[in-house]
Amino acid sequence: MEINFKHVQAAHCENGVTTNLLRHIGVNKITEPLAFGIGSGIFFIYIPLLMINNGPAFSYRTMPGLIFKRTCKSLGVPVIRKKFSSTEKAQQYLDACLESDQPVGCQVGVYYLTYFPKEYRFHFNAHNIVVFGKEEDKYLISDPVMEGVTTLTGYELQRVRFAKGALAPRGQLYYPELKNEVSDDMIRHAIVKGIKRNIRDMLHIPGPIAGIRGIRYTGKKIIKWRDKLGVKKAGLYLAQLVRMQEEIGTGGGGFRFIYAAFLQQAYTFHKTDELLKISEQFTKAGDLWRSSAVQAAGIFKGRITSQQDFNDMGNYLFEVAETEKQAFIALSKIKWK
Amino acid sequence: MKIKDLPQDPSVLDKFTKDVVYAEDDSGNYTTGLSRGWKIKAEALNIAWEDIEQRIKDAKQKVNAGEASPVLFFMELRLMDMPTIAAYTGFWQWQVKRHIRPDVFKKLSDKKLKKYAEVFDVSMDDLKNLQLNGD
Repeated sequence: MEINFKHVQAAHCENGVTTNLLRHIGVNKITEPLAFGIGSGIFFIYIPLLMINNGPAFSYRTMPGLIFKRTCKSLGVPVIRKKFSSTEKAQQYLDACLESDQPVGCQVGVYYLTYFPKEYRFHFNAHNIVVFGKEEDKYLISDPVMEGVTTLTGYELQRVRFAKGALAPRGQLYYPELKNEVSDDMIRHAIVKGIKRNIRDMLHIPGPIAGIRGIRYTGKKIIKWRDKLGVKKAGLYLAQLVRMQEEIGTGGGGFRFIYAAFLQQAYTFHKTDELLKISEQFTKAGDLWRSSAVQAAGIFKGRITSQQDFNDMGNYLFEVAETEKQAFIALSKIKWK
Repeated sequence: MKIKDLPQDPSVLDKFTKDVVYAEDDSGNYTTGLSRGWKIKAEALNIAWEDIEQRIKDAKQKVNAGEASPVLFFMELRLMDMPTIAAYTGFWQWQVKRHIRPDVFKKLSDKKLKKYAEVFDVSMDDLKNLQLNGD
């Protein structure tokens, strides 16, 4: 049994699942950058006390699950989402969906994801895939970061759906249900909503560790890491900063390039010239993140390890923070028609 | 980033997939391209793995020196931290910490050992004797 589902590779898993599932129900104008922007995907947070894989926790994007949820909601598309405590019920529900030609998004852990390269398989539980068919005991899988479709056995799929630890998926599955057609006007409205919410998240979120302030906070911490942690551990932390920036498919820009692409596409719905200018500012921010990664690599490879090199690293982040701040302020000044 | 500057460095993705990356074409319009990988990203991943391998080596030494039980070794081998191993085994973190003590580990019931063996995907004998194929 195979559902007629179109697999399109994406830069990021949740964007890809959201885009592919929405297109499946006929929202043909949705693209990965639009889903990312409408879902207010761009973000930054550094949680100093939380350790992931023995390193500090950073994220360059919003909380897992929010892009799908916000994008569907903003477009007026109802969402079905289920969690399970029993593995049997989780499988029965999935099988019933597939029987009725319903492809479903699943949250999974990557540690047991057999088709991933070993080097990528950490205990990270917020990966997203679409299951779109079953042939005997093989489930057909559309993983947005893979070029083609792939398969998992019933056992393998159950193992990743019930991965444990932080952000455990608990068999979670989800899909959008189309009630009404999504008009251009609805997309136009959703774009404005997504941008406004992102301005709030980046400029006005309370506390020092998230949004623009979070980037600056991280820069300040990095300058102190050399004395506080020693060169080796500080290097490991910086490698973590780069790895999270890079997850898969951000082009090294920590999702800033995807947001720049979103603003260009938003322009086709809102002919406001500012959008194109601000898009360039996000390109600049992405390029700066890339340069900061090169600087970080110099440190964690042990080529440059003086305090001045750590200061330079911190300064890169201050520059990124200022660039993104100006870009969001410019977005907040747009008069939407 | 311009699409013509898209890095094409060898990476661990090579046999599996390529990265989709958003970048600008010559006239500044965003488009997508496929990238084999980026050296900087590969180096960050390498550093992380070097650290993991060091942790596994240290754990093995500790077990051999009688300072820790095999639970520590297999935990590192399977890349688990305390919250992860606690979630998979169903034990509390303080229990796992006790089980890492060799004297406590020796007295563990078969039922508890079996739990660890399942989670670590090894036999009971291997769990107790720290035997791994080819290691």
